[in-house]
Parts: sequence; C-alpha cells; structure tokens
Amino acid sequence: MQADLVVDTKGLACPMPIVRAKKALDTLEVGQVMEVLSTDKGSVNDFQAWVKQTKHELIKHEEENGVYKFYVKKV
Amino acid sequence: MSVTTGQLNKTTTKELNRIVLAKEELFILDVRNESDFNDWKIEGESIEIINIPYFELLDGVDAALDRIPDGKKVLVVCAKEGSSKFIAEQIVEAGRTNVHYLEGGMKSWSEHLEPVKIGDLKDGGSLYQFVRIGKGCLSYMVVSSGEAAVIDTLRMTDVFEQFAKEQGAVIKHTLDTHLHADHISGGRRLAEQTGAVYWLPPKDAGEVTFPYEKLEEGRDITVGGTKIEIQPIYSPGHTIGSTSFIVDGQYLLTGDILFIESIGRPDLAGKAEDWVSDLRNTLYNRYKELSGDLIVLPAHFGKVTELGEGGRVMARLTDLYRNNPGLNIREEDTFRRTVTENLPPQPNAYQEIRQTNMGKITPSEDEQREMEIGPNRCAVHDK
Repeated sequence: MQADLVVDTKGLACPMPIVRAKKALDTLEVGQVMEVLSTDKGSVNDFQAWVKQTKHELIKHEEENGVYKFYVKKV
Repeated sequence: MSVTTGQLNKTTTKELNRIVLAKEELFILDVRNESDFNDWKIEGESIEIINIPYFELLDGVDAALDRIPDGKKVLVVCAKEGSSKFIAEQIVEAGRTNVHYLEGGMKSWSEHLEPVKIGDLKDGGSLYQFVRIGKGCLSYMVVSSGEAAVIDTLRMTDVFEQFAKEQGAVIKHTLDTHLHADHISGGRRLAEQTGAVYWLPPKDAGEVTFPYEKLEEGRDITVGGTKIEIQPIYSPGHTIGSTSFIVDGQYLLTGDILFIESIGRPDLAGKAEDWVSDLRNTLYNRYKELSGDLIVLPAHFGKVTELGEGGRVMARLTDLYRNNPGLNIREEDTFRRTVTENLPPQPNAYQEIRQTNMGKITPSEDEQREMEIGPNRCAVHDK
C-alpha cells in the first residue's frame, strides 16, 4: 500500500508512537494516508482505540518481524 | 516510598500495596485504553478509579482535570509507566498537587509480591503466604529448622530465594498443587536455582518435558529437622491431578479447588463436563471428612474483599462451609450448571501458559510478563 507519509516510531515506547502519529496526522489533507511503524506491542490496542476515537479510518494493520504497521486515512 | 521529583511524585507498587491494605483514600486516573481497563484494573475498598485513555488527552488534560477531585491524592496509571508520567506531568503543570504516577505501571503491579506470616508451626517453624495482589495469586513457604518448601511458586523466583535467605533457610522442595493455567509456575526454575526437588501431580504432568517428583497420596514430605508433614490429598476437579496439602495438621492448602468466596472452575484444561463430579465429590465429600478447624489457604483470591488483616487470605474450613456460596449448592444439577455455564472469560493466554508450564514452549521474560497480564479468573464467581 502506498502511503502519503511514513511515521517511523520504531524503538519508541508509549505514549510516543501515538504522540508522533497525531502530530503527523494533523499535517495531512483529508483523504491522505499515513503509515505508522512501531515496535511497541502495547500500541496495537491503543492505535485501534485512538483511530476509532478520532473518527479517522484504520485501513489495515499488520505485523512483520516484530514491526507493527498501521495505515490510517484522514477523514 | 514516595519520591518527590519537582512536583510529580513516584509511587512504587509496594506503597500502592500498602495503601490498598490500609484502605487509604486514593483517586486513580487510569490512562490505558478502554478495553484493557475493563479487562483488569487496580481495586481497593477506598479507591475511586476512572479511565480516560492518554490518547484522548494529547491536546490537553482539561477533560481529566474536570473529573479529578481537588485535594485528594491522585495516582495516574498506565500499562508500563511512560504514558502515566506524560499525563501526570501535565496535571502538575495545570497546578494540581499531590499527583503521582505508578512506577512500572500495571506490569509491575501484576508482579508485586508481598510476604505475610500466616502462623507458627507446632515445632518452631513458620508458614508464610505470598500475596500477588494485582493478579490475585497466592504462594506459600513452609520454613522449619533451616529448611524450606515453597508451594505454588510464582514466576518471580528471586523473591522466594531472597526471603528464604533472610530466614536462614535452604529451599529443599517446590510443589505445585496442579498444572496452572493463569500464571507461569516458578516451581521448576526455583528448584533448579536452589537444588530443590520439584513436585507435580503425575495426572497433570502427562505431557511435561522435564523430570519431576510425583506428588501422590501417602508420600509425605518432611521439611526441616522437626516434623512438619505435607500430605498430598488427591482432590480432582480444577484439573484432573489437583492435589491439596495439609501442613502441620493445621493448614489446608486447597490450590485452585476451594477459595474463600468461591470455588475453582473446572474448564481451563478443557474438560469441564468430565470433572464436575470430581469437583463436587472433593468439595462436598472429601473436604467434609477433614477437621473443620483446618485453616484453608487457597492459591488465589478473586476480590479484594477476600483480603483479611494485613492482606492475609485465609479462613476456617467450617466457616467456608457456612459462608462460601460454592459449598452451599444443594442440587447436583444446579452445581453442574454453576461450574460449567456462564463462566467468566478465561485467563489471558491460558493455553500458552499451560504449555509453558509443561515445558513445551519457552517464551522470553518479556513474553511471559505479557502472557500473565490480567486477573487470574480461576474461580467460578469471578466476573
């Protein structure tokens, strides 16, 4: 999937992955997609809850060799 | 111990344990996500707790300030610590005082162990209970004449090693009442570290990958030079091999068969229907033949109301026959339904935990910690 912006939070612990993601999301235009990379396992539940609360769209999330990828579309 | 750093204070799990037992007033702001919060949280009779996820407070903590009472001690809690510190700092910046964060978060709370003395043994030894307040697990140590036995050892084996050392005792035996499904046993590792013998009920150990000594009825174990007997009493129900011990003729260690306010669920090894009659037979016949004066010491508690003086979890067998709802179900069919239907959710990762306890998989320390997150949920009445 092609993202408009990649936010790399690998190695960062809570709350930084979402803090960074939120800052990045604020710079996006409606309809654009950002890809967030995280190695924090705890971020999986938090990301889903955060995107739901902000009413944006979590297109998909996946895990690859310990790296979690979240694709969020700005609504 | 609370350490002041500027205006933000750190509260350790030991201090929180003390607050819960002393029933001191505390307001907790839990900033984990809603589902983790609903699954499991800090409980205490004088604790008021609310949940606002940290990611809802990134633009400011006003929403939280509105709900935090002024003048009360406030503890901010999250999974590991980072987010609670992040939010607590902002609450301090907003001018609030007496604001704390929980060191190590819920992960540390899950692992905190507090030893309490249960009583003296007839020949000079002592019996101790180790209360894992965050998860509701209980372990025991029998200490006598320089020797010790640990029953239902938890994963934090260094706590037991250190405690035995302080008592001047060498750990000779580690025993598990059954193959646990809610937490990772430290029995095997503690035995390896101290040169002790690890005992397991053979009927629960059919698939284990390591050597162990068989806990069987009649094979008494002596701890110390004095005569302290641990009598395995075969009492199936929670698992087919579940075993109870009578220590020093005074204490009945019931494992996950009988708790203070509930009874064990028979479904965690996947055979609820098969084991219902075993469970009923143990609770309604076998235990009834024992002295009512025995002090029951279970392997779990489900509610903070089960914590007695100093955090001890104990009760006379007679009193349990009077007050425990699980011992007062007259009809067999009602009993069957109580222990097989509408059970609480299963403990987190219980199948992987069983496999770990059998030695089939060896997760890393971090993975083990993750697997054990959440309450024990071993009783039929835990919701």
